[in-house]
Amino acid sequence: MIEIVVGLFLIFIVMASIIAIETKDLLSAVVAFGAVGAFCSIIYLLVGAPDIAITQLVVEVLSLVILIRATIRRDLTTIDEDRDFFGLVATLAILFIFFLFGIEALRWLPEFGTPAFVLNSSAPTNRYLLNGLRETGAANIVSAVLLDYRGYDTLGEATVLFTSILGALAILRIYARKRRK
Amino acid sequence: MEEKGLSIIVKTATRWLKGFIFLYGIYVVIYGHLTPGGGFPGGVIIAGTFILITLAFGREYALGKMGKLLASELDSLGALLFLFLASMGVYFTGTFFTNFIEKFHPTGNFRLFSAGIIPLCNLSIGMKVGASLFMVFIILAVVRVVFEDGKGKLISTEKEKK
Amino acid sequence: MIYYLCFLVFLIGVYGAICKKNIVKIILGLMLMEYAVNLFIVLVGYRKGGIAPIINKSMSLSEFVSKSVDPLPQAFVLTSIVIGLGILSLMVAVAIRLYERYGTFDITEMKKLRG
Repeated sequence: MIEIVVGLFLIFIVMASIIAIETKDLLSAVVAFGAVGAFCSIIYLLVGAPDIAITQLVVEVLSLVILIRATIRRDLTTIDEDRDFFGLVATLAILFIFFLFGIEALRWLPEFGTPAFVLNSSAPTNRYLLNGLRETGAANIVSAVLLDYRGYDTLGEATVLFTSILGALAILRIYARKRRK
Repeated sequence: MEEKGLSIIVKTATRWLKGFIFLYGIYVVIYGHLTPGGGFPGGVIIAGTFILITLAFGREYALGKMGKLLASELDSLGALLFLFLASMGVYFTGTFFTNFIEKFHPTGNFRLFSAGIIPLCNLSIGMKVGASLFMVFIILAVVRVVFEDGKGKLISTEKEKK
Repeated sequence: MIYYLCFLVFLIGVYGAICKKNIVKIILGLMLMEYAVNLFIVLVGYRKGGIAPIINKSMSLSEFVSKSVDPLPQAFVLTSIVIGLGILSLMVAVAIRLYERYGTFDITEMKKLRG
């Protein structure tokens, strides 16, 4: 039952992403991209990940605001033709070969609905689920993994966010100083 | 103020709703170890509150509420608080990122103060994410060019391409 | 079947990032690739009939362990989504800088102006 529902939403995601890539109007493309994020949020809610559903929805709203205010407001000219014909054919051939390899790789995965930690009893997830409440005191196991068992990951994430925002600031500020002189 | 921002319907709705959205963000941050949520979504919701104020009322009003310098200070403060909590684990138990506070509440697990340093870490992460995302929105979308006028004071000008 | 649809979204993102001329479309293609990978990682950890990995008082621990979905991919994807917002802001900053320099979002015209 849940496979059918998730598959239906994934077909919607495929359609919305094709619209986002192929349409001529930039505003329509950005709005279709927002639809992709909203469908992703619904799928996360269906498969038992409410933390990620909240985060995905809010991040999607913020990225839409940033994209529309920063880029679409400046230039609404549509650039419709693709690059040259030979490059397009070569790209499609490479994508097709990549698709065949991907299908071959996906055949080796376990069936949808049987995660790896059920099949392998020595996976770390078993320990997190069994001892998470006793060892950390947090009822939300995702928070326990994020901030207690794997705190280095979160520290690295904070560093990456800081660096990317520093980069955005630096890119726009060098320009300002140059124009001042 | 009158000509800045969006129409009066949006302004009135924002005036009613901004407190509730901000409270929801704080709730998501503080209760992150018991309910779905945590520092990351709560911080993004808090940043979204300020972005809503900025879009509805214009940037002078929002920068009066929370300036760029305050945003950058909160950003650095969140990161340093997170590092400080991680280093206190070295001081108390000898291992980086150890949960050094007592983890069990006397009357049970499902209380607000029940998970050691995890609520404090959530608070610092939420502070950092909210301040930095608000700052990047201010830099990217509202203030086109940021100057420094020699004494470290930031001046913003808007330069429209006609 | 579900994994193949995720892979299809990824391929559409690759196509948009390689074949399009508008720089906003390239940014959208890269973000589509990231969303597809996040979705795939969360779907791999799903257990049939599973519940969210949050313990409540009405459920014993052994019952919770036998029914919960995998929390580890969720923790990774949670950080990955916020990093994606940072990457998006960095890419938009580069796009704004290129627009102020060349006056267009078309990457082939930028090459011509560069000589």
